[in-house]
Amino acid sequence: MTSELVTVRGLNLSFGNVRALRDVDMSLAEGEITAIVGDNGAGKSTLVRCLCGVHRADSGEIVFDGRTVSFSSPEEARHAGIETVHQNLALVEDLTVWQNLFLNRELTKGFGPLQVLDRKGMRRQAEEMVSALAVNVPAVGARVRRLSGGQRQAVAICRAAGFSSRLVIMDEPTAALGVQETERVETLIRSLREDGHAVLLISHNFDQVMRLADQVWVMRSGRCVAGRRTAETSAAEIVSLITGALAA
Amino acid sequence: MTAATRQATANQAPDTPASPGWKRFLPESGRWAEWAAPTGLVALVIVFTALNPGFLGYGNVQAMLAASAILIILSVGQTFTVATGGIDLSVASTMTFSAIMFGVGFGAGWHIALCCLLAVASGLAFGALQGAIIGYGRITDFIVTLGGLSMASGLALVVSDGQPQTVVDRFMLRLSTGSIGPVGYMVLAALVIAVLAHVLLFHTRFGTHVLAAGGSAEAATATGIDVRRIKLAVYTLSGTLAGMAAILLVARIGAAEPAANTQFLLNAVAAVVLGGVALAGGRATIAGPVFGALLLTALTNGLTSLGVSQYYQPVAVGAVVVLAAFVSRYQK
Ligand SMILES: Nc1ncnc2c1ncn2[C@@H]1O[C@H](COP(=O)(O)OP(=O)(O)OP(=O)(O)O)[C@@H](O)[C@H]1O
Ligand SMILES: [Mg+2]
Repeated sequence: MTSELVTVRGLNLSFGNVRALRDVDMSLAEGEITAIVGDNGAGKSTLVRCLCGVHRADSGEIVFDGRTVSFSSPEEARHAGIETVHQNLALVEDLTVWQNLFLNRELTKGFGPLQVLDRKGMRRQAEEMVSALAVNVPAVGARVRRLSGGQRQAVAICRAAGFSSRLVIMDEPTAALGVQETERVETLIRSLREDGHAVLLISHNFDQVMRLADQVWVMRSGRCVAGRRTAETSAAEIVSLITGALAA
Repeated sequence: MTAATRQATANQAPDTPASPGWKRFLPESGRWAEWAAPTGLVALVIVFTALNPGFLGYGNVQAMLAASAILIILSVGQTFTVATGGIDLSVASTMTFSAIMFGVGFGAGWHIALCCLLAVASGLAFGALQGAIIGYGRITDFIVTLGGLSMASGLALVVSDGQPQTVVDRFMLRLSTGSIGPVGYMVLAALVIAVLAHVLLFHTRFGTHVLAAGGSAEAATATGIDVRRIKLAVYTLSGTLAGMAAILLVARIGAAEPAANTQFLLNAVAAVVLGGVALAGGRATIAGPVFGALLLTALTNGLTSLGVSQYYQPVAVGAVVVLAAFVSRYQK
């Protein structure tokens, strides 16, 4: 059994009257792809936003890499090694690919307070990041506005994979993609695991979850109702866990 | 990286052919708006020179450059606020207020350097106050700076009691009349500020974060950029530059006057729009608005030299701005 990278215990979060998370317990292991499935509004994105510092839970505990953490901003989570590819992508369309890859991680050169951007260095490293993950983008100098949905997704994943992140969180990374683009992104996700990143994947595509994930958690109306090893379950069982036809 | 993914890379040959070297010098499609101002400036110069051969004379060029200095500085400040998707409607009033504070220092017999410092500090403080309300108070830029416009011009009247303060000083006189060739010290100051602003926008982390915050506040926040701080910073910068412009204004007029200076606000926004800066934020250049400011100054000067009544000039400025916006939209 591999060691646990993240452990979530008794997490609660309400938005006004909506109890988005209720006593959520789950965990994910180092070097694995862990999936979260569940219907629309089940609380998957909310859980993920607690992990990456966007939301703060009302109560409960998140242990990351052996330490209890409480991130007050995405910046802190990124600093700890948690990178996120959000459901709505979070790229700046008017900036170039390399500017997006290095957003708020810019390389600079100079002395003391007189720091200027190392534009050349960032471009070069961006080329390396993109080619290391076999990402198909026209050029790192192209503005993101000109990229297709799949290419944007690849850039977002590429950014998450860079900067020696321990955990890469992806919220429905293939939701808007065609068959070929989906296949490419899945290849990317596998290569992240091969490179030693833990991946937390949210997906509505059960076949994809069965193909990629090592572990799957099922959420239903704010609760994490079941956890299974993918090797020991079937798409049919997952579906019945999601709908509640099968009690955990 | 696995052999499989490497294979995938090989199969995905880049679909854009390498463009020939000279193509890099042409604007990428959709960026023509950034060329509207320089193109328009050249066109205006040709037209006015044809109508009045004296237009490009040494003396007139010198006068035009001198007249553009204040507008260039205000437009540069405005560019940063517009780049974040905001707008600073208070620039001209902040300048007036700073000029009055300059006069207060001068009237009290302060050293001229201290008067300059007071003017800049006043602009900085007023800009920072607005930036803090916009960023941390989460009130729309438009409303806060509209209120700021009214407050700053009101404060200028209150502090000065509506009276101008004459400023006679050797340093200020040299600032307004001295020059290197046809380039006066005031224009020189404006150009130095523009170059520094260009470096700030394109060669520092701050500049990238300004464009990111304007392009998508959500995306910027997700990478940990503090958009509130960016707002605070750009309005502080705009106020500071308005304070610097105030020094030039006092030097030019020879007095600190509580005048409204509305035309400067309109022209500063117009220069930014002419310069191809997206009002929605996220895209900006410094060169564009600088050319925009030069264009507007050339327009005013050319009309005056042709004997067109001053009353028509705001009409012409307004028409040019709307035309520029129309052209850049049509080209998309
Ligand atoms: N910022 C917010 N403010 C108020 N309510 C919210 C907020 N974010 C989420 N919710 C609510 O919390 C619940 C869980 O939402 P969440 O986005 O986590 O669902 P999800 O499982 O990601 O769904 P989907 O599959 O559609 O993405 C929903 O009822 C939603 O309306
Ligand atoms: Mg979601």
